[in-house]
Amino acid sequence: MLLLIEQVLNGLQYGVMLFLMAAGLTLVFGVMGLINLAHGSLYMVGAFAAAAVAGATGSFLLALAAALAAAAAAGAIVELTVIRRLYDRDHLDQVLATFALILIFSEGTRYFFGSFPLYLDIPAYLSGPVTLPGGILYPTYRLALIGVGLLVSLGLYLLIARTRLGVRIRAGAQDREMIAALGVDISKLYTLVFALGAALAGLAGALVGAIQSVQVGMGEPVLIVAFVVIVIGGIGSVKGAFVGALMVGLTDRLGGLFLPAIFRLFMDGSAAQATGSALASMLIYILMAGVLIWRPQGLYGARA
Amino acid sequence: MIPERWLNGAILLGMLAVPLWAWADGAPFTITLATKVAILALAGVGLNIALGLGGLVSLGHAVFFGLGGYAMGILASHAQSFVPLAETPFLIEGTKSMPVIWLVAVVVSALAALMIGLLCLRTSGVYFIMITLAFGQMFYYFAISWPRYGGEDGLSIYVRNSFPGLNTLDPIQFFGICFAALAAALWLHGRLIASPFGLALNAARQSPARVETIGLSPFRLRLTAFVISGAITGLAGALFADLNRFVSPTMFSWQLSGEIIIFIILGGIGRLYGPVVGAALFVTLEHVLGGFSEFWQVYLGALLLAVVLVARGGLIGLVAGRERPHE
Repeated sequence: MLLLIEQVLNGLQYGVMLFLMAAGLTLVFGVMGLINLAHGSLYMVGAFAAAAVAGATGSFLLALAAALAAAAAAGAIVELTVIRRLYDRDHLDQVLATFALILIFSEGTRYFFGSFPLYLDIPAYLSGPVTLPGGILYPTYRLALIGVGLLVSLGLYLLIARTRLGVRIRAGAQDREMIAALGVDISKLYTLVFALGAALAGLAGALVGAIQSVQVGMGEPVLIVAFVVIVIGGIGSVKGAFVGALMVGLTDRLGGLFLPAIFRLFMDGSAAQATGSALASMLIYILMAGVLIWRPQGLYGARA
Repeated sequence: MIPERWLNGAILLGMLAVPLWAWADGAPFTITLATKVAILALAGVGLNIALGLGGLVSLGHAVFFGLGGYAMGILASHAQSFVPLAETPFLIEGTKSMPVIWLVAVVVSALAALMIGLLCLRTSGVYFIMITLAFGQMFYYFAISWPRYGGEDGLSIYVRNSFPGLNTLDPIQFFGICFAALAAALWLHGRLIASPFGLALNAARQSPARVETIGLSPFRLRLTAFVISGAITGLAGALFADLNRFVSPTMFSWQLSGEIIIFIILGGIGRLYGPVVGAALFVTLEHVLGGFSEFWQVYLGALLLAVVLVARGGLIGLVAGRERPHE
């Protein structure tokens, strides 16, 4: 039971971090119609910026600020130089150009920081466990991640639902010619949305970087899971990304707990562990396949 | 401008001439590189049937490459340890015979393509790209976390598999096998383009609604193309595993899926011989630039960006002009 609650919390933590990644992807697709494979590189940029600044100053908050700034800046630069040439192209060109960007980002980072992983330490005030009601010991930092993730999600919701920028973003997703005709500087809006998505990815990279190692190529596995999230939630829907991220996070963590246990009922110990964990690693993709059979356009998607 | 037909002949001759010259010169490493080009080009030809002809941007073709590789790895590892694959319901032994391994690789990849295609082809556009990518990752993680066949470490095969009448340990003879497979796949692709099926598939890419109006199902056309495409890429995977005598989960990695697309784009999309030129360029760059700099993929990235943003016809487009054979 204690293990179950712990894994539910782990699932939530994984889920909200996935949401930070998926939100940017789904916004960029919803507003600009662009598939961005290099989003994982922005996650990596955030983590490396945080590790470098934390190493130089020792301050975790400064490191987070650096991650946000570096990822947003990298996002804006990439948008201005490459991405904006791709909006009118077909998806194949977008895939290839952003794949090329991954190669450039990854090798560039490896050139400057080397191939060895960096480590980002959890600040002292967030290290150690906290006792939850019911006597469960849970790492403070992971709890803080859940809190930060939920706060950012709320902020993003308010930004999109309540501000003028949010109105423009929603309008841009519906009809870009129309809002351009109404006098909104559409290319500035695109740069802004792209940088916002990049900043969210960079923040996720820095936050997760403190529990995992910071290394080249850390972004792409997360990126692909974020794709699973937005396919489940429906491409272009931020709400769908939130629901999808939590579903994927919980499925992944609880599957790792339950599947080996289920297989142990009718197999011997080690074989059950092996089969169970092999299947658990496939579980989120099976979830995705199930959603696709049921609703090909995703849970909150308008059209396929 | 050189007509594309002549260019294709020159490409094929070049593919043959380089290893033959290396053979006469006693440079087995060059033959190995040429073999790698032939195999990667074969994987590219496989994807090109789905991508160039059918317009299906699959970012998960490493699945079939990996399945072909593991078909070889699993059969050969059972053969070299003399442990049968299964005893119930009937005895299945491992094998070191290439034709049998190829058959298994092709059938397994085709079945996987059928199942993945049935799911993915319900969607299109960006969904299709993301879902094929996700399925690729699913196989990758399964291969890593399944310890039965090496898990993360992969499987080593000590001796290359055999082909009746040939000595596969001789680099030039193994090259011959791979080249023949590539030539056969190119021939098949050429025939497909001209066949009623190819024409219908091409039409379904350009205007699904019209194809439906004349009573054909775009879904079934695409699914057929996807299965043929997966089977050919699976065969390439089996050959690649034999070239290295090693299979590992990296054969399923998403980078490999991206690279197979890159072969097609570097050569020129919609070109029959595009993957051959692209794979040759890729392996050459890897070998030459890799010698200069550890970070050669930066240059690859820059080149790819330039091809996508500026030179959209790829290498063949630069030489043979912009007109595409089927547009």
